[in-house]
Amino acid sequence: MDRRSFLKMLAVGSSGLALGARPGIARAAEAGDTTEFCAVLVDATKCIGCRLCERACAEANSLPEPDLGDRSVLGTRRFTDVSRFTVVNRYETEKGEVYVKTQCMHCNQAACVSACPVNALKKRREGPVEWSSNCFGCRYCMVACPFDIPKIEYDSPAPSILKCGFCFQEKISKNEIPACVEACPVGALQFGTRRDMLEEARTRIYTEPDKYVHHIYGEHEVGGTGWLYLSPVPFDQIGFRTDLGTRPYPQYTKGYLTNIAVVDLIAPPLLLGLSYIASTRFKGTRDEREDETQGEKP
Amino acid sequence: MIGKLKTREFWHTELAPKGKLITPFNVITLPVILVGIVLIVIRFTRGLGSVTNLSQEFPWGLWIGFDVLVGIAFAGGAYVLCLIYYIFGYEKYHPIIRITTLNGFLAYSFYAAALVLDLGRPWNAFNFLIGNGFGFSSIMFLVAWHFFLYTICLLIEFAPGIAEWIGSKRLWKFVNMINLGAVILGITLSIGHQSGVGALFLLAPAKIHPLWYSEFIPLLFLVSSVFAGLSMVIFEGSITQRVFRARFDRKDEDRHNGLVVSMARICAVTMFVYLFLKLLELNHGQEWNLLATPYGYLYLVEVVGFVLVPLIMFARGSRNGSLGMIRTAALLSMIGIALNRFNVCIIAYNWYLPEKYYPSWMEIVVTLTVIFLELWVYRWVIHRMPVWGSDPVWERDAPPTAEAAHG
Repeated sequence: MDRRSFLKMLAVGSSGLALGARPGIARAAEAGDTTEFCAVLVDATKCIGCRLCERACAEANSLPEPDLGDRSVLGTRRFTDVSRFTVVNRYETEKGEVYVKTQCMHCNQAACVSACPVNALKKRREGPVEWSSNCFGCRYCMVACPFDIPKIEYDSPAPSILKCGFCFQEKISKNEIPACVEACPVGALQFGTRRDMLEEARTRIYTEPDKYVHHIYGEHEVGGTGWLYLSPVPFDQIGFRTDLGTRPYPQYTKGYLTNIAVVDLIAPPLLLGLSYIASTRFKGTRDEREDETQGEKP
Repeated sequence: MIGKLKTREFWHTELAPKGKLITPFNVITLPVILVGIVLIVIRFTRGLGSVTNLSQEFPWGLWIGFDVLVGIAFAGGAYVLCLIYYIFGYEKYHPIIRITTLNGFLAYSFYAAALVLDLGRPWNAFNFLIGNGFGFSSIMFLVAWHFFLYTICLLIEFAPGIAEWIGSKRLWKFVNMINLGAVILGITLSIGHQSGVGALFLLAPAKIHPLWYSEFIPLLFLVSSVFAGLSMVIFEGSITQRVFRARFDRKDEDRHNGLVVSMARICAVTMFVYLFLKLLELNHGQEWNLLATPYGYLYLVEVVGFVLVPLIMFARGSRNGSLGMIRTAALLSMIGIALNRFNVCIIAYNWYLPEKYYPSWMEIVVTLTVIFLELWVYRWVIHRMPVWGSDPVWERDAPPTAEAAHG
C-alpha cells in the first residue's frame, strides 16, 4: 500500500517540477531500487516516561545530557530544541496519564524539503530527512514544517538548523537501529520498514481493539510520515494536531509553481506583441508630442 | 566622450557631497545610521538572537515582514508604470518613469541587503545562484531568482540616466537598445516574485489564521502590489516635488498632477478587484463567522479601513481632481498594505500560540538604518543624475527622430 502510493506520487510528480526536486528518488526508482522507507512505530500505551530515549538521543548527537532524575519537567509540555532533538511529554487524559515522545516525523513528502531553496534539507531514499551545511539560513523550513521541528541556533553567528536526523549517519547506515529505539526498555518504540510498521500497528489495533483508538497517526497525515503513533486516547488529547489533513505539503505549492513557469514562458512574447501594437496605435499621438516639444524650443 | 583630465575633474565634483551637512534630515538620520551599523556588527558577531526577538515559533519577524514583504509591494510601482508606459504606450507617464525605476532599483538593492542581514548563514547566500543546491520545488528559490534578475532589469532600465550623468553616449545607446528587453523581462519577473512572496505562505496552511490563509494568496499579493506600488509613487512624488524643488522642472508640475489623477484611477480599479477577490475568498472559505472574533475585527480594520476607504477616496479624488484626497488615500492604502503583510507574516501567523512576537528596538533601528541609507543614496543620485527624464544633451541638439522619442 505504502510503496504503491509512493510510486503513484512519483508518477504524478514526474509530470511537474517535483521530478527536479527529488532526483535521488527518481533515479532510485529508475534503477529498480527496492529500498523502502524506514519507520518507527511509537506505542503510547507502552511508554512509561523514563526518558531514556532522550538520554540516548543526546549521546548519539553530542547534545547536553538531560537530567533524568528530574521528573518535574514532565509536568509542563516541552518542545524539541537546538539542545534536544526529542522530548517525552506527559498528558492527563480520559484514560489517565499518557506519555508521548516527540521528534522529527520524517514525512514521506516533507514540507521542509520542498521549502528549501538550496536542497539543504533532503529526503533520503531510506526515509530520513537530513540537513546539510549549504543552507543559507532563510528559515523557510521552520515556517513550512507543520510539526514545528526544524530549530535554528539563534545565539550563534554560524547557526545550523538542528533536528532529529533519524540517526542515519550514526546508526542506520551502519545497519544499527536508532539510538532512542535501542534505549527503550519497554518496547514502546519499534524500528523497521514503514510497510512492516503499519502492518504491526494494524495488528495491535485488531488484536486489542479496546486498548487503542482505531487510528494510526502518521499513516495518512500530511501524506504519511516516517514516525507512526498508536494511542489509547484520541490524538488531540496527547498534543497532536488533528487538523493537518492528508494532503502532502508539496502539493500546496505545486500548482503555483507550474503556473509561474507558464507565466514566465508566455508573458514575454505577449508583452512584446502588446508593445508593438501600442507603438503603432499611438504613433499619431507620439508624433504630435514631438511636434509640440519642437515648437516650444526657440 | 570626455577627456582624461575632464574625467578626473568630473568625478571630483560629482562624488563630493553637495549642499549643507547640518540639515534636519541629516541630524535625525545620521545617529540612527551609526547605531544601526553597530547593531549590524553585533548581529554578525553574536548571532541573530543577540539583536532580534525572533524565536523558534516566530522565525520571521520585522526584517522579513517589513523590509522584504512590505518593501517589495511598495516598489511595485516600477513594473506597473513600465507596463503602462512601454507596453501599453501611454506616453504621458514619461516624466516619472525614470524616477520610479530609480526608486525600484534602490529599493530592491537595499532589501537584498536587508535580507542578507536576516539570513542565518549569509556566506551561503549565493548558493541558489551558483547551483550549490537548486531547490526547484521551492517558492523561496523561485522568489530569489526572480528578485535577483529583476534587480538587474531595473538597473538596465535606469542606466540611461547614469549614462547621461557620466556623459557616455555609447553606454546610453547600448542601454537604450536593450531597454525594451529589460522592461519585458522585468514585468514578467515582477509577476513572478510579487505573487511569489505571497505564495511562500501557501506552505503554512495550518499556521496562518484562516481569514488570511487562502489559495489566492499569490494573486492577492500580485493585485495589491499594483495599488501599493502606485500609492508609493503618488506619495513619494508629492514629497520629492517639495524637497527637490530646484531639480524639478516647473513645466512638468502640472503634467505630474495630471498623472497623479490617472494613477489614482488605476488604484481605485485594482483595489476594487482586490476587494472582490477578498470577498470571494471569504465566502469560498465560509469564514463569515470568524469576523466576530478579535482576529475578525483586525481583518475588518484592514479590509474596510485601509482598502475600502482609500478605494472610495481614490475614486472621488480622481473624479474631482482633488490631489489632497488622493494623497491621503495613497497614505491609507500604504498603511493597509503594511498591515496586510504584517498580518500574514507575523500577527496571524501561529495566532493560536500564547507567545507573541514583537520586534525589539534593535530590529526597528536596523530597519530604519536600511531605509535612511537608501534615502541618502537616493538624494545623492537625484542631485547628480537627470532623473526626471529630460532629453540628454546630444539628443536635444540633434534633429529629433522617431527612435529618440522612445528613450
